[in-house]
Amino acid sequence: MPRANESGMVRKRGVGYWLTHLGLIIGVLFIFFPIWLAFVASTVSQQEIVRPPMPLWPGDQFIENYTAALFSGVNVPVAKMLLNSLIMALGIALGKIVISLLSAFAIVYFNFPGRRFFFWMIFLTLMLPVEVRIVPTFQVIANFGMLNSYSGLIFPLIASATATFLFRQYFMTVPDELAEAARVDGARPMQFFWHILLPMSRTNIAALFVILFIYGWNQYLWPLLITTDPEMNTIVMGIRQMFPSGDDVADWPVIMATSILAMIPPIIVVISMQKLFIRGLVDSEK
Amino acid sequence: MLLLLPQVLVTVVFFFYPAGQAIWQSLFISDPFGLKSQFVGLGNFEYLLADRFYRASFATTAIFSGLTTVVSMGVALYLAVLADRLIKGSGVYRTLLIWPYAVAPAVAGVLWLFMFNGRVGIVTWYLGLMGYDWNHVLNDGEAMGLVVVASSWGRISYNFLFFLAGLQAIPKSVIEAAAIDGAQFWTRFRTIIFPLLSPVTFFLLVVNIVYAFFETFGVIHTITSGGPQQATTILVYKVFSDGFVGQDLGSSAAQSVILLVIVGALTIVQFKFIERRVHY
Repeated sequence: MPRANESGMVRKRGVGYWLTHLGLIIGVLFIFFPIWLAFVASTVSQQEIVRPPMPLWPGDQFIENYTAALFSGVNVPVAKMLLNSLIMALGIALGKIVISLLSAFAIVYFNFPGRRFFFWMIFLTLMLPVEVRIVPTFQVIANFGMLNSYSGLIFPLIASATATFLFRQYFMTVPDELAEAARVDGARPMQFFWHILLPMSRTNIAALFVILFIYGWNQYLWPLLITTDPEMNTIVMGIRQMFPSGDDVADWPVIMATSILAMIPPIIVVISMQKLFIRGLVDSEK
Repeated sequence: MLLLLPQVLVTVVFFFYPAGQAIWQSLFISDPFGLKSQFVGLGNFEYLLADRFYRASFATTAIFSGLTTVVSMGVALYLAVLADRLIKGSGVYRTLLIWPYAVAPAVAGVLWLFMFNGRVGIVTWYLGLMGYDWNHVLNDGEAMGLVVVASSWGRISYNFLFFLAGLQAIPKSVIEAAAIDGAQFWTRFRTIIFPLLSPVTFFLLVVNIVYAFFETFGVIHTITSGGPQQATTILVYKVFSDGFVGQDLGSSAAQSVILLVIVGALTIVQFKFIERRVHY
């Protein structure tokens, strides 16, 4: 973000400047500490953890713990759970973007009877996540024979309006002149959509992809309900299944290695798409 | 019209049909095997509203989502204002602060559980050294505190991103004009920055309350499982535990319906009310 033209009028260097940094650093440390601790725990042996206080610096069991987690796990190898999570997250992100681009386009650019009705119908779902209707949705999925399947994991989570709403807001900021110009030039609606609207929405789509990928990856309750088969567990819900029932001591190094593995893909997506993501956010705020 | 079809289809099959089912089922009592059910009218609702535990769950949800929203938005706004003051380096802090956005609530729950675990938790151990006996398995307040902190923690980066984006979108000329007029930082913040941030704040308020209502299920399930007793059983958790653990489908469906109504009403009221007051 170019901010070179800011004068010293508003910002002074001095005590305040260093206090600003100090405040931010404390914030960063607070945010980071739990992740750091999990990472440390994933590199030490069980003995070091069960005798508190645990060390604060990584140990030498990194390879052992991660190999154990990835290829044997507790119930099912974590590698399998990672694959399940990936399929689910991609399915949700892509599916939702496609259907909501189409419906936002329809709602904004076409005048048809019941337009408001459909908008409100879709809008209503915005605030009612799958958690509210778990029992009946579970039964629907069970009736379709979609338990323990990827489509069962994906479809109910696509049925919400967040993305439609965002695209609608964005399309409404696109000047009408563009649509008119396209019409004057003889473009049919779908051509306008493909050649003008879609390229213009690139950053929004990218931003939304990041958000939805993480949303999908981080789902917990829904996979918990419909994947009774450990082979279909996603990694985020699988972690909890790794805790022993009763009084046994949990296998903390392996559990923490799994936690770290569960964080890595979404973190990579966020960090690598950060620029695009934030640009999309700022654009949509204007 | 055809363009709407995919979304309408998915919405109807996986949203409205289940929601309708929830309403329908809420009028029946069924046995745990689903073999037969008996029509009871509004009996499930009457029973629920008279239920001490259900009413307690309302209070729990209010406290929990209030605290989570305030804590996560407060910390995020504070950090965003700090980062926005920097000419150089705000990008570095932003990169450092957005990590937890990617961490699932359930994983956040595991991380915090690990720190506060009675047997191996490092924070518990140091608290013990200072003579404080932390036990969120037995103590209601501590359990609530822990789930609130764990839920807010994961939320800070999301709010931070939006606040920072909002702050940076404010034209600097406006702020400099105020500075020339002699407005101090706090005055500038209160009279210019905060009002200009209100669309962001409003958006975040809605999103965070919804988050606290629903998506924190993972945090609660991993850390406390709704306990001790029912101290951290928020409404969504109760739908789950009554419906899937307790197999009381009628009651669970009735709770779903109540949640649907609450959230639907909340949303509409909020949008109608705040849309008028937010500065654009």
